[in-house]
Amino acid sequence: MSSITLPRRLSTALWRAPRLALAATLLPPLAWFLLIYLAALAVLFIAAFWSVDAFTGEIDRTWTLENFARIVQSPIYRAIALRTIGMAAAVTVTDALIAFPFAFFMARVAGPTLRVTLFTLVLLPLWSSYLARVYAWRLILAHDGALNWALNGVGLPSLEIGYSRWAMWIVFSYIWLPFMITPLFAALERIPQSLLEASGDLGARGWRTLVRVILPLSLPGLVAGSIFTFSLTLGDYITPVLVGGPGSDFIGNVVYANVGIANNVPFAAAYASVPLVVMMLYLALAKRIGAFESM
Amino acid sequence: MPSSPARFLLGLWALLVLVFLFAPVAVIALYAFNASNVQSWPIPGFSLRWFGTAWSNREIRAALALSLEAGLIATTVAVVLGTAAAFAVNRFRFVGREAVSFTVVLPIALPGIITGMALNSFFVLAGTGLSFWTIVIGHATFCIVVVYNNVLARLRRMPASLAEASMDLGADGWRTFRLVTLPLMSTALVAGAILAFALSFDEVIVTTFTAGAQNTLPLWIFGAIRLGQRLPEVNVVVLLVTAVTFVPVLLAYRLMGRSGV
Repeated sequence: MSSITLPRRLSTALWRAPRLALAATLLPPLAWFLLIYLAALAVLFIAAFWSVDAFTGEIDRTWTLENFARIVQSPIYRAIALRTIGMAAAVTVTDALIAFPFAFFMARVAGPTLRVTLFTLVLLPLWSSYLARVYAWRLILAHDGALNWALNGVGLPSLEIGYSRWAMWIVFSYIWLPFMITPLFAALERIPQSLLEASGDLGARGWRTLVRVILPLSLPGLVAGSIFTFSLTLGDYITPVLVGGPGSDFIGNVVYANVGIANNVPFAAAYASVPLVVMMLYLALAKRIGAFESM
Repeated sequence: MPSSPARFLLGLWALLVLVFLFAPVAVIALYAFNASNVQSWPIPGFSLRWFGTAWSNREIRAALALSLEAGLIATTVAVVLGTAAAFAVNRFRFVGREAVSFTVVLPIALPGIITGMALNSFFVLAGTGLSFWTIVIGHATFCIVVVYNNVLARLRRMPASLAEASMDLGADGWRTFRLVTLPLMSTALVAGAILAFALSFDEVIVTTFTAGAQNTLPLWIFGAIRLGQRLPEVNVVVLLVTAVTFVPVLLAYRLMGRSGV
């Protein structure tokens, strides 16, 4: 019965030597991230300064800024980068506008049961198939889809936005909306009721309380949500392919084409550093506002 | 508490947002039963025939099997590594402890093309090429954070006194882990594993960079939609994928809510 088994001996040894226990729990995940993920990011960073020999297609590992010069000088690559960043900004603003009243209703109006139900309903699409949701909008916005059927039904002319920037804007806003609602809800829920009462007691009407008390206090949640909506839009290339139509390439599309078809990994790496730098700046700014506490 | 007209408007807005969130899911569900092979609204009639067609499609079945296999292996790796990291952060003090949470969240916080592109150039330059295993490694990397966050949240709520009491009563470390710590964190572990699997099962962007000739189910769906081929089967597959993820994810949220401690 009391035979000393291997797990027992091991656990006793680990209990006696906490450093060993720390090493046993920390080293495997640490090794995974260092040897694979962080190493891969380092390779990406270094490869951006390499080039590809135009004749042989081999990677030339001499240090050069040629890729970055090409990105800055080419009007096409500049336009694509601006399009991507602009769309990410538009989607972030749209989601903030849709999410704020909803999160406010969840946090300050709905009862506990309704709140839990709403929370689950918001998170459910988040884990369901991304492609299914993009595809659903392709069906809805198509020439003979549900949108035009509804518009014609009430006597309005058809909208041909199936493959356009409007479609991308709708789809991105739709897909990333739950990422904005969740942190906003967390921030709004945390505002003490007494602060709102104090604001009322001091004579502020509803609108003024909203602008002077609620909005500033929910700002970290807003910024936390915007990190997701902004970053996810910035790094996407599937939605532009599926609903964007011609001339709607994102940074991701150029990167993907250079990895796959053009086989120019150094250029792809350099171009991928554009969203990386943008996100780093964004994250640094968000950290100053204190967004990480409400994620 | 806002005034009653404001509350009414907010409630109305909430309802509209819910319609916005779920109407496309309803559209997907309807199109799967479309009798016609033309994708137009309203659908002319109902039929179950595309379910049979989709099931007998070999490509779909192979992609489904590959997705399940990759998801299961990636989830296993994520559970082991995510739990280990959560234990290390919760139980010990060490240099760089704050950096752990930041590092594990990077693969999903950075834009998808960065993670995909980084892994792709790493595998290509390391000379390993792309295979089933590179898909698994990519998935495991961004799934770790889901398990880590769930387990760490549970460990933080679990009082250390419980394990101490167990040891005071004579149980050794292994027995305490088996009979006290593990049962208390099991629901968090299962919830984390389900969400990690759901994440892996659905991922497209990183997978397009780490897959060689293999097709996961999302890659098959993406290819079919892009080329406009086999759309009736796509309707069926996306409905099934949506239904299959809804159930376990709801279960995962129930498990997370039931904290126990």
